[in-house]
Amino acid sequence: MTPSTIDPERLEGWNRPPIIEPDGEGDLLEVAMGPHHPSTHGVFRMDLALDGERVIRLKPVFGYLHRNHEKIAETVSYLATMPYTDRLDYICSLTNNWAYALAVEKLVGQEVPERAEYLRVILGELTRAQNHASSIGFLLQEMGASGTPLMYAFREREKILDLFESLTGSRMMCNYMRFGGCRVDASPVWLDAVRKVVAGLPAFVDEFERFLSGSEIVMARCQGVGILKPELAINAGVTGPMLRASGVNYDIRKVDHYGIYDRFKFRVPLGDHGDIYDRYMVRILEIRESIGILEQALKGIPGGPVMDPKAKIRNFRPKPGEAYGRIEAPKGELGFYLISDGGPNPYRYRVRPPSLINLTVLEDMCLGSNVADVVLIFGSVDIVLGEVDR
Amino acid sequence: MKTVEEIKTAIEAAVPGVGLTIIPNPGPSGQHSLLLAPEHAASVAKFLRDDAEFTLDFLSNVSGVDWPDKEIAEKVKVTRQVTKTVDGEEQSVEETVEEVRKHVQPGFLEVVYHLYSVAKKHGPVTLRMRTINRSDQVELPSLTPIWRSAEFQEREIFDLYGVVFVGHPDLRRLLMWDGFKDHPMRRDYVEPDDYEYEPTPHDSVLLKAKAHQAAVAGRESAQ
Amino acid sequence: MLGEGILKGLAETAKNFAGSFVSAERMITVQYPEERIAPMEAARVFPFLVYDSKHPEDSLDWEAGMRCVACQICEKECPPKCIYIEKSKDKKPDFVGKMQIYPARFDIDISVCMSCQICVEVCPFEAIKMDTQFELATDDRFGALLLDRKELAKSNEYYHHIHPTEAAEVDARLAAEKAKANAKVKAAADAAVAKAATQPAVPAAKPAEGNKQE
Repeated sequence: MTPSTIDPERLEGWNRPPIIEPDGEGDLLEVAMGPHHPSTHGVFRMDLALDGERVIRLKPVFGYLHRNHEKIAETVSYLATMPYTDRLDYICSLTNNWAYALAVEKLVGQEVPERAEYLRVILGELTRAQNHASSIGFLLQEMGASGTPLMYAFREREKILDLFESLTGSRMMCNYMRFGGCRVDASPVWLDAVRKVVAGLPAFVDEFERFLSGSEIVMARCQGVGILKPELAINAGVTGPMLRASGVNYDIRKVDHYGIYDRFKFRVPLGDHGDIYDRYMVRILEIRESIGILEQALKGIPGGPVMDPKAKIRNFRPKPGEAYGRIEAPKGELGFYLISDGGPNPYRYRVRPPSLINLTVLEDMCLGSNVADVVLIFGSVDIVLGEVDR
Repeated sequence: MKTVEEIKTAIEAAVPGVGLTIIPNPGPSGQHSLLLAPEHAASVAKFLRDDAEFTLDFLSNVSGVDWPDKEIAEKVKVTRQVTKTVDGEEQSVEETVEEVRKHVQPGFLEVVYHLYSVAKKHGPVTLRMRTINRSDQVELPSLTPIWRSAEFQEREIFDLYGVVFVGHPDLRRLLMWDGFKDHPMRRDYVEPDDYEYEPTPHDSVLLKAKAHQAAVAGRESAQ
Repeated sequence: MLGEGILKGLAETAKNFAGSFVSAERMITVQYPEERIAPMEAARVFPFLVYDSKHPEDSLDWEAGMRCVACQICEKECPPKCIYIEKSKDKKPDFVGKMQIYPARFDIDISVCMSCQICVEVCPFEAIKMDTQFELATDDRFGALLLDRKELAKSNEYYHHIHPTEAAEVDARLAAEKAKANAKVKAAADAAVAKAATQPAVPAAKPAEGNKQE
């Protein structure tokens, strides 16, 4: 173990987690929560120091799912990395594909046909809807509502996954986007199926809200718990629904206008308090906005090719250079940083994982609260370990 | 958003004596970057974060890059005097010869920071820092005190590349375990001999299999 | 009133519970393995090798009709390197009648394969396609999960059966290619005939026509 170079308590001026003083009675209890803990969404460990029920210290421990994705990508061709990106955040493989394709398109200056852009928006927003639905389901599961809310969310997710399967061939490992377009075209039958599912989504969100939003238990457990201040959220690089729940208006779809997002009308839901309830509410409202985008995209989708005919699939060798491309993935800002030296595989391939960086503030949010709330706060961050550890 | 040249001028006006170099990006993305001298990195970072015009309050991405020692072979035309026998007489003639000169470009580790502004909604500004070499002088100042989002990412670079961030409050390995020795993202990293049987090894796996079998045979003959 | 939200939530669950008896929308689980849903047309599991056969009912032609020419592109492009190919020493005619090398050995380790379909995308000969068969569990870690070319060979009719739309497109494309190749051979032969007509000599040989059924 390498010792810290500077004791954090002596370091002034940085946004360090607050120091909680134990109340002096008895010893601290050290608990290793995880890696095999049902609430950790995979293999993740938190080293807790407890004073009674209160959390005095929390140190996240990573690496149980570390596969060195970045190294693998540097040894295989640009195309062969695409299926590996599915396995980062395996709940939202299509947005991973999109972010990687966007970064490579920036690297080579590749154009994407109109229809492919529309398909990407449709698939991206479907991904966002199903990710938020299942993340709320998992949050409620961790709150003790075993099964029911999660199963309602999964029922809806199932319909969206069926759409993914009938278009891309796989439910979760879609491997669909390519540099300069998409792999296969969507048939009119498929688009009609999407319209049908999208038409049914508002009823599902209404039902979900009637079921949960007003529930006294949900409010008691979530309101005022795990508060994240906006200044700290920005400084710690928190992105996605978590940042917006703290009241910071920053949505990359609105800021970068990547793809064709400047054509759609949608609002960015913002929270007020930055607590768990706000994160829950922001996700619900984002599903509603996604439905709006989907309706506009399904109305406006043009005909034409889905792949730029000039785009290369095999023997793809970008000219030397570098590019950083990012998108608003359901969990936050997903970025890919690529350096090409002119060879068939990237010289440097870096993933900016939103799940990992959103966990920077986990300790700040949990300190001083009860152990039972740690589970909830952790659930409200919405992470996937495949992306945290890569 | 301002160009790199304008940013450079603004930083030079605000932080006197700062050593800034523009690293052009030959690709079509046009994201040129600024190379910082490590000793001024903290003040430059503070300026970029707090200056009203830039307000780069959001550090999005920190990545390490490994540039190993590179042997560069150049063809140089050399003109020199050669004594030759022309028509039975010894003469001094100028002759141009092509010579291949090799020199080693020393390697270094590089850390790249991508900055955005949440307040002004612009970006990215790319900053780079380089270590002196790859072996013993690998210290760089940590930017975690200025942007907290660097906390885990700098730990990851320390873990996978071996850059030591001076001033990082909690510099431990992030993904590999504490007892691990090497830095796996370095380009000269040698994988441990962990080959397990595979029915059809080929390409790199075959090399690995052969190395493994040789090592096993060596161990057996030693016993 | 405290508890109102919970009661409203319980009303929702009650609606769902009662609804699951009458509405198929609310009862979407399938009792696998007693109940099965047919795999989707686009579904992909593991790759197989396509062969053309005159007698699809028995699989006698699997070796002769195999479309693969052992070009090894899929082996090179495969991200997890699960394909292993050995080229043959001799040649045999392919679907347009051209003499081609064939795979003497073609193995796919499906314990390594990640079903990404890149081999299908890069294959210029339409020789490798994705299967929809997913119940492949075995108790042998190495032998049974390494599929050789005989286990991988499936007839074109089987391909039509699992991916009808895609297979029809592929057949049309192959037929067009073959017609083009035949036209080329014919044009060359015609030119030879014309040449022979100007200088009367031995009659030109009739071009060999690949009449293999597509």
